[in-house]
Amino acid sequence: MHKDKTKIDHKNVVIKIRGLEKAFEDYAVLRGIDLDLYQGENFVVLGRSGSGKSVLIKLISGLLKPDKGTIEVLGEDLSKITEKELQHLRTRIGFSFQSSALYDSMTVRKNLEFPLVRNKRNLTRQEIDKSVETVLDAVGLSQTINQMPAELSGGQRKRIGIARTLILNPEIMLYDEPTAGLDPITCIEINELINEVQQRYNTSSIIITHDLTCAKTTGDRISMLLDGKFQRTGSFEEVFDTKDKRIKPFFDYNFIE
Amino acid sequence: MDAADNKPSPIERTYKVSLRQRMASFFVNIYKIHLFIIRFFKEAFLPPYELKEVVRQCYETGVRSLPLISVTGFIVGFIFTKQSRPSLATFGANSWLPSLVSIAIMRALAPLVTALIASGKVGSSIGAELGSMRVTEQIDAMEVSGTNPFKFLVCTRVLATTIVIPILATYAAYIGLLGGYLNISFNEGTSYTAFVEQFFSPLVFLDFTASLIKSIVFGFTIGIVGCYQGYYANSGTEGVGKAANGAVVTAMFLVFIEEIIIVQITGNFR
Repeated sequence: MHKDKTKIDHKNVVIKIRGLEKAFEDYAVLRGIDLDLYQGENFVVLGRSGSGKSVLIKLISGLLKPDKGTIEVLGEDLSKITEKELQHLRTRIGFSFQSSALYDSMTVRKNLEFPLVRNKRNLTRQEIDKSVETVLDAVGLSQTINQMPAELSGGQRKRIGIARTLILNPEIMLYDEPTAGLDPITCIEINELINEVQQRYNTSSIIITHDLTCAKTTGDRISMLLDGKFQRTGSFEEVFDTKDKRIKPFFDYNFIE
Repeated sequence: MDAADNKPSPIERTYKVSLRQRMASFFVNIYKIHLFIIRFFKEAFLPPYELKEVVRQCYETGVRSLPLISVTGFIVGFIFTKQSRPSLATFGANSWLPSLVSIAIMRALAPLVTALIASGKVGSSIGAELGSMRVTEQIDAMEVSGTNPFKFLVCTRVLATTIVIPILATYAAYIGLLGGYLNISFNEGTSYTAFVEQFFSPLVFLDFTASLIKSIVFGFTIGIVGCYQGYYANSGTEGVGKAANGAVVTAMFLVFIEEIIIVQITGNFR
């Protein structure tokens, strides 16, 4: 599925980050990040392992607290809201983990129901079943409904992880290395799924990856995270049309059709 | 002797740093576990309640521990009776055997043995389960989906152990009584009615209350230690192993300390 860039609303900023800094003990991971994510946009963050890409989306989802700077998500300043308000805000954000993070002790159905029954306690059994079937259908895995996570392949686990976030109809999707550890065919399927999700649910997304195919296929805007800062931001071609020795090898060692 | 001779050797330096780090880590852990307990009391009794999950955890903790508690309780009662007989026989006091067994089982053995068994079985299972959920980002996944993982995972498990351990201890006392009765019945031919009568005659209300309070404290300790170790497990599979091991060792250690304190306190009321 090809991306429809006309859906991006440049007047509507859903995530606004200013001067974001985060350090772990003496090591400064993020050293002044600024970002505006627009409604309907897929923003890809590229970078080497350990460059702070995952830390960035953990800060956006409130799993980590920043040392400096501000993060506004859907108009809410994360540093100024209560724990309860943050919990409510999180229901509007979908987070797809690198490891999928499916609950091992629950079937696929229970995994998908879990966020729903906890956040919308007045739903009937039929409404819950219908939501589960809809999201499973959206990721094309209806047949796995009664399986345990251990019985699924890596690609299926990623899809179910995405389905679990979709069940709450999020406005923003955060993908942490969606294609890591998958074979090339499954990577293509996941990339298509990301685009499908964006168009079907009209979400804005931040995609963390070091897979250039994923970046090229899914990203409206791409940025390289180097030395704790966004070094180059723009379209895929703009980012890699450079002689910068820190960026060029990244492109050279990846195979792009 | 020049100044260089007074400098500590690399081994001494490593030892001092390691000791300092261990001391610091010990006090940081004590501080963190206090915050953990305070958070438990703040969240456990506020809605929304996770009653279904508490019941499920009670089942997991209680029913699955029954076979082990049954075997251990029976053996403790049987062996204790057998080993005590020669000492009493020296004074011709064999008839006091049921009373001795009852005091030992009700006041100390049933709650203590149950707590130790539960520390090993339940504590390690909680530590490993939560530890594994932590390192595979399942706890983070709960958090970002708008669920409070502390309430769902920690409060439910601590409440379950606090409810179930006293019940298991009472059950262990009964099974211990049966073990003691079988031994006495084989050797002295005492009837069950006479045994039960003699078993309960030396016991007073305080014995039951103290035993119950002890079991509640032990249950809470096992739950909170297991959850704390698992919830703050470090990354990697090694972290899961450490969490499970830490849950057992710390819970057993605390159970013994609490046993001493409670015995001292209840002793003042006798």
